[in-house]
Amino acid sequence: MTDSIAAIKVEGLRKVYAKDGKKAGTEALKGVSLSIPKGEFFGLLGPNGAGKSTLIGILSGLVTKSEGMAEIAGLSIDAYPDQAKAHIGLVPQEFNFNIFEKVIDIVLDQAGYYGMPRKEALLRAEVVLKDLGLWEKKDAKAQALSGGMKRRLMIARALVHEPEILLLDEPTAGVDVELRRGMWDFLRKLNESGTTIVLTTHYLEEAELLCSRIAIINGGEIIEQGSVKELLTKLNFVTLIMDTAETITPAQVALMRDLAVKIVDDTTLELTLKPGETVNDSIRLMTKIGIQIANIRNSGSRLEEVFVNLIDKDKK
Amino acid sequence: MARTPILTGYFTMVRKDFVRIIRIWSQTLLPPAVTTGLYFAIFGTFIGSQVAAVKGFSYIQFIVPGIIMMSVITSAYMNTVSTFYFAKWQRTIDELLVSPMPSWTVIAGFVTGGLMRAGLTAIVVVLVALFFTHLTFFSMGILLGAVFLTALLMSLLGLINAIFAKSFDAISIVPTFVLTPLTYLGGVFYSVDQLPEFFRTISMANPILYMVNAFRYGFLGVSDVPMSIAFAVMGGLTAVAFGVTLFLFRNGAGLKN
Repeated sequence: MTDSIAAIKVEGLRKVYAKDGKKAGTEALKGVSLSIPKGEFFGLLGPNGAGKSTLIGILSGLVTKSEGMAEIAGLSIDAYPDQAKAHIGLVPQEFNFNIFEKVIDIVLDQAGYYGMPRKEALLRAEVVLKDLGLWEKKDAKAQALSGGMKRRLMIARALVHEPEILLLDEPTAGVDVELRRGMWDFLRKLNESGTTIVLTTHYLEEAELLCSRIAIINGGEIIEQGSVKELLTKLNFVTLIMDTAETITPAQVALMRDLAVKIVDDTTLELTLKPGETVNDSIRLMTKIGIQIANIRNSGSRLEEVFVNLIDKDKK
Repeated sequence: MARTPILTGYFTMVRKDFVRIIRIWSQTLLPPAVTTGLYFAIFGTFIGSQVAAVKGFSYIQFIVPGIIMMSVITSAYMNTVSTFYFAKWQRTIDELLVSPMPSWTVIAGFVTGGLMRAGLTAIVVVLVALFFTHLTFFSMGILLGAVFLTALLMSLLGLINAIFAKSFDAISIVPTFVLTPLTYLGGVFYSVDQLPEFFRTISMANPILYMVNAFRYGFLGVSDVPMSIAFAVMGGLTAVAFGVTLFLFRNGAGLKN
């Protein structure tokens, strides 16, 4: 096996759910193709029901595909399902461990299922539980953990067998800001150590900060993919929020009629710049009419604007 | 780091279930001890003393193998149906489905749990039986063969039940409305030779009759059916049940979307 082999490769992947259950008859994936090189931090973004979890489910063996090809570390999931799964660690969206079991047992059992001998598993469990700040809780029952600790336990469990590829299905959903930032640091370090990470998330800021490449999925189709920089260049406008030093007067508002400005409140305005327009020109005009800018910031995640734009276009 | 998880994974599953069975002994091992103790006391001692010998043995000696087998059947079935359905309900089954363990290893892990619980239950019930009567052993090979095949078959059937079950009700329907009547009508408390021809013929279609009689033969050396047929029925059904379970696992029936 050479390094040129993609960590994950899917071609024409299609999934139609059977005619029973919650998703009966839904075509969740409509011929998705992707190639994720080894060592990449890859983001899979999309609204609810876009097909992200279905794709993760197919790769991890929890969902059966209807059509198409998928390979993990060069191993077809059809021809070598068990060998392919050995390369993966999965952090699912929902808690799926036995809440009546001890933290250490959950992690050790998972190591066993992946063929790791008990002695080795004990050493490895200590490492991952310490890395994730759970070692002190190793003898606690999982039900006694806080929501954030449960999330970290899922990551520890997925990492105990040292997988080359980590699939994270919305790992920071419902996690507080501090903990989320701690998880980001952890995941960044993990990726730097060589683990390929595939992350699905609703937090676009998270994807923008962590991922080197992103695919946007909507209605079961990849509608855009590329590096974060490439995606951001597709953004044909930028929205800036400006705080003014003094209250904006109606006369000043009237004088700004040539700018795409929206007044948010007495001392805040929102400026939208189209291609070719510069911040300098806008500020020059504002200064000329007596508006002093105290602070400028992006209206939010720039990736979020790309995302919303693409999803809107796709709907049309 | 990719490894071969067959043996380690299997032993992990077995260890986990063994610890669980022992930890909740009051739910797994105590109930059969109490129930069978009552059977031995009421049917064996109180009523049995009024009943004539069956095939040359006192009534309590005659029913002891059947009652032990009844516990084995229930324990093996209930162990797999409950552990597997609970894992499905809590989605902890995903831990196994995403792992590189082959389907047959996962099946073996669950089935071994059923065998362990059935074996431990059989030991407990034999000890209880010793309070009421003395036991004779005619053929240890047949006795162990019958208990092994029966526990294996019931564990597999419990697994199939759990795979299809969509609610806790669905895992109690088969034991209550199928397994228990078949067990009671499977010659636990009587010899089918004592039945009229019509009912004797119908009884022959009951697979549990072969299990009970093979087990009884191991203890007493008497049976309503030839041993070759009894083992052929048990072996054949076990092979079919394993094939069905493997097919269902590989296709992800009731497990994967």
